[in-house]
Amino acid sequence: MAGSNNKPTPPRWLLAELTYKCPLQCPYCSNPIDYAAHKSEINTEDWKRVLTQARKMGAVQLGFSGGEPLTRPDLPELVQHARQLGYYSNLITSGYGLTEEKIIQLKEAGLDHIQVSIQASTQELNDHLAGTESYQTKKEVAHLIKKHNYPMVLCVVIHRENIHQMTQILEMAEELGADYLELANTQYYGWAHTNRDLLLPTKEQFEEAEAIAQAYKEKVAGKMKIYYVIPDFYEDRPKACMNGWGTTFLTIAPDGVALPCHSARDLPGLDCPNVNDYSIEEIWNESKAFNFFRGNEWMKEPCSSCDEKEKDFGGCRCQAYMLTGDMYSTDPVCSKSPDRHVIKEALDSARESALSNDEKPLIFRNSKNSKRLS
Amino acid sequence: MSINPELPISFSPTHRLQWEEAQQKDVILYPEGMVELNQSSAEILKLCDGTRNTSQLVTELEEKFSTSGLTNDVNSFLEVALQNGWIQQ
Repeated sequence: MAGSNNKPTPPRWLLAELTYKCPLQCPYCSNPIDYAAHKSEINTEDWKRVLTQARKMGAVQLGFSGGEPLTRPDLPELVQHARQLGYYSNLITSGYGLTEEKIIQLKEAGLDHIQVSIQASTQELNDHLAGTESYQTKKEVAHLIKKHNYPMVLCVVIHRENIHQMTQILEMAEELGADYLELANTQYYGWAHTNRDLLLPTKEQFEEAEAIAQAYKEKVAGKMKIYYVIPDFYEDRPKACMNGWGTTFLTIAPDGVALPCHSARDLPGLDCPNVNDYSIEEIWNESKAFNFFRGNEWMKEPCSSCDEKEKDFGGCRCQAYMLTGDMYSTDPVCSKSPDRHVIKEALDSARESALSNDEKPLIFRNSKNSKRLS
Repeated sequence: MSINPELPISFSPTHRLQWEEAQQKDVILYPEGMVELNQSSAEILKLCDGTRNTSQLVTELEEKFSTSGLTNDVNSFLEVALQNGWIQQ
């Protein structure tokens, strides 16, 4: 285990990916392509220990995610443990399997809020993208969430297949009484990366949708808060990855591997540690993976002399790796990156695909495809 | 939308006010967010339990901290809190 010079800031956000199992097959899922190869799941006692240790370090926001976290029978027990520790817990769910009985059970266990996803404003498109009949269930779940006095957080992932529905999506969210609406422009990792040519909107589509969303924000100000996650491919500066590597976020994958971010597993040589081998404190403070991109010493030019490096930390390591082959390089989204052309190539490729008459079909997230692609 | 001096003030039911031992401060928690509070803001919010209006709040705080002249500061903060949805009337 590598040592570090300064004590890093403590984790504040813990993402507990309880399982990779999911009844949906969304083609933009951020889970790894090879998820089917990581079948093992750490048990209830392991999760409780992880929650206890991370809380002691200062983690306070907790997300139960996956896959679909509802597929874990011990979810209420973990929620209760989290509540006793004083976490603010969030359930990040597709809504599939969330009956009224389950909502009541989770509320009694102390769950603080539920974020439910919906894939489109129409049943046909929603069920096509989810790969599963789920539209009616999701709407019912949205209604039940409000009925049981939870703030209702609706998450809609936006991409070329549904971006034309932006107005209807906003209206649907308002109609459902959402308190928060997250319009999450697809981030190209995992399955979204595989399907990028089909998911990446054209510049015109993106600009039109953004204008609609911004105008709507004003209309619903005070009633519904809209979070708009930008697609960084259309920006000229990268996002501040994870708020700084190993400073705020801690993700634990279903098999117990601790990750500084969702896709860190794909970066070579990080040696991401497992919670069954090390304590959270050891992982956070001393592990090779969590120290790998802390601070600025790892940066190359132009990042190392850039006066914005404290702002965005050179962007996303995983994106740099995926698009340039070098995880130390500047995130190619940045206009200062010598590899900026790969973004243009991605945009051109997507536009070409959009205009062609025989677009290849979306590859849906399921074990069969996972095994085939790995 | 502004603070009505007649009506009692309550803390938002969709937010949580909590002391964080690791940070040695009070914070407000809500979906996907956290706001760190300084001591005086926290003291004001703790009294927002639906039973006090602004003048009652000020009186109680002045008593608690053996001071006076808090009205303006308290009102300014409450306006901010209302804008942010941390309190309601």
